[in-house]
Amino acid sequence: MQKRAYFGLYILIAVLAVLPFVLPNSFYLDLAIRMAINAIIVLGLNLLIGFAGQISLGHAGFLGLGAYASAVLPTHFGWHPVLAMIAGAVATGILAALVARPIFKLKGNYLAMATLGLGIIINIAVRNEAQWTGGPDGMPVPAFGLAGFELSSDKQWYWVVAALLAVSVWASLNLIDSPFGRALRALHGSEVASRVVGVDVVRYKVAIFVMSAVFASLMGSVTAHYVGFVTPNLADFFHSIELVTMVVIGGMASVYGSVIGAVLLTALPQALATFEGWETVAFGAILMICMIFLPKGLVPTLASKFGKAE
Amino acid sequence: MPALLDVSNLSIHFGGVKAVQDVSFSIDAGIVYSVIGPNGAGKTTLFNLITGVYKPTAGEIRLDGESIGGKSPDELARRGVARTFQNLQICMNMSAIENVMVGAHLRLDRNLIKAALRLPGLTRRDAELREEAFELMRFVGLEKYRDARADSMPYGALKRLEIARALAMKPRLIFLDEPAAGLNPKETIEVDHLVRKVADSGITVVLVEHDMKMVMNLSDRILVLDYGKKLAEGTGEEVRRNPDVIAAYLGAHA
Repeated sequence: MQKRAYFGLYILIAVLAVLPFVLPNSFYLDLAIRMAINAIIVLGLNLLIGFAGQISLGHAGFLGLGAYASAVLPTHFGWHPVLAMIAGAVATGILAALVARPIFKLKGNYLAMATLGLGIIINIAVRNEAQWTGGPDGMPVPAFGLAGFELSSDKQWYWVVAALLAVSVWASLNLIDSPFGRALRALHGSEVASRVVGVDVVRYKVAIFVMSAVFASLMGSVTAHYVGFVTPNLADFFHSIELVTMVVIGGMASVYGSVIGAVLLTALPQALATFEGWETVAFGAILMICMIFLPKGLVPTLASKFGKAE
Repeated sequence: MPALLDVSNLSIHFGGVKAVQDVSFSIDAGIVYSVIGPNGAGKTTLFNLITGVYKPTAGEIRLDGESIGGKSPDELARRGVARTFQNLQICMNMSAIENVMVGAHLRLDRNLIKAALRLPGLTRRDAELREEAFELMRFVGLEKYRDARADSMPYGALKRLEIARALAMKPRLIFLDEPAAGLNPKETIEVDHLVRKVADSGITVVLVEHDMKMVMNLSDRILVLDYGKKLAEGTGEEVRRNPDVIAAYLGAHA
């Protein structure tokens, strides 16, 4: 990966900088914010799935943990939102590590199964603990503020998540082209070869899994504060699948693919709203067509078509 | 002086299959040591035992006097043990040069935070490493693949790429598992020369190979395995004359 890998980042920054001035109304601004939030989650997930080759089917659960930490702790215990957000991320990280360590010691890919179960447990927990979480109806989330400044308008939120997205893309690009990132890709390419050159495979898998879970948790907190309300749907299985689909459609092991995948799949349901009742069918059909004609995902397929390695 | 590698009474059983049984030998530093034997004799299993991929059922392995039996591959890598694989283990999701760079894993700063922030020290070291990796590619004769993706390279080149990756570990001891398997005669001669060059650079070479010309040409000593047991050991000449070896290879009751 050479300098040109960063070229896309400059384009992204330019697009992010211009976007709020060209979007016709607040509906699109809201859509852009949700795209950016999803893109950050998918970047973390793609490091795990695309680069390290480990599948998580429970990432929405981690998202939910972060979101509910930001909802419950300030509401019921009067915590500062920043503290609640950090607490959610730390708790998620510890939980992810506790689950991942024994799983990765097993031979074979059991992570998908374990995370599937974990995601469902988290979802059931937030549905049932109604006295804390409001149950299936969800609960309101207090506004996010720091040092007397409160994030309230969509414009402010947009700039915050846009900056977070640009930094996340930059950090992801850095990471994959580093000793850590190469070890991660190597254990995906050949686990035995990476062990023999000295890669502590379990440690690397745990590290990237925890990192992607913490990413999801932090973005869960951001989502909660931005929307101002959380429901258990945020943490349900279908949302996990949706996140994995964003990775696959955009392109496994592609940083820009993560962004494109998140943007497209966030926009698609809106675009398909005109199909009235058939939108889910259309959604499924588009995914199928994508996988048949672009099996490696949008960005890697197009990149190789135009003779440019990403 | 004690041997660099000393294996005594090494065994591994997979269920009822005794893949390696009570094998003992020792390898002095600086030599080329070959392990030969018919298919299924346990040569690759022996490599897997010594490089930590399998844990022995019984017996002892000592590297420089230190017991290393049952240690994990990354612990062995730290002690300067490198290897290549009979069935290619190249990371096809990476470029050729990155495959070599992975070999230097243990010598690098693997910090996640520093990597994500692209700290200058780390990038500088990475740039140096890239040059170093390219030198190794040149050493094994792959200079024209500098910018190639691994999955676009021919089989013969990938075999040598594995050797370059192992060399990037700066090993004391390198295990080459059939480096010439599947190569044409010209490529085999090139690998023959390459193994010689590796040995001349001061690295102790342990070789599994079916190409007898290459084995006889390169080896200081040879170990012959058959059905997981040690059949003979000695110089090329001694092994060639051993009646047990002749019987095992020709299947004769001569």
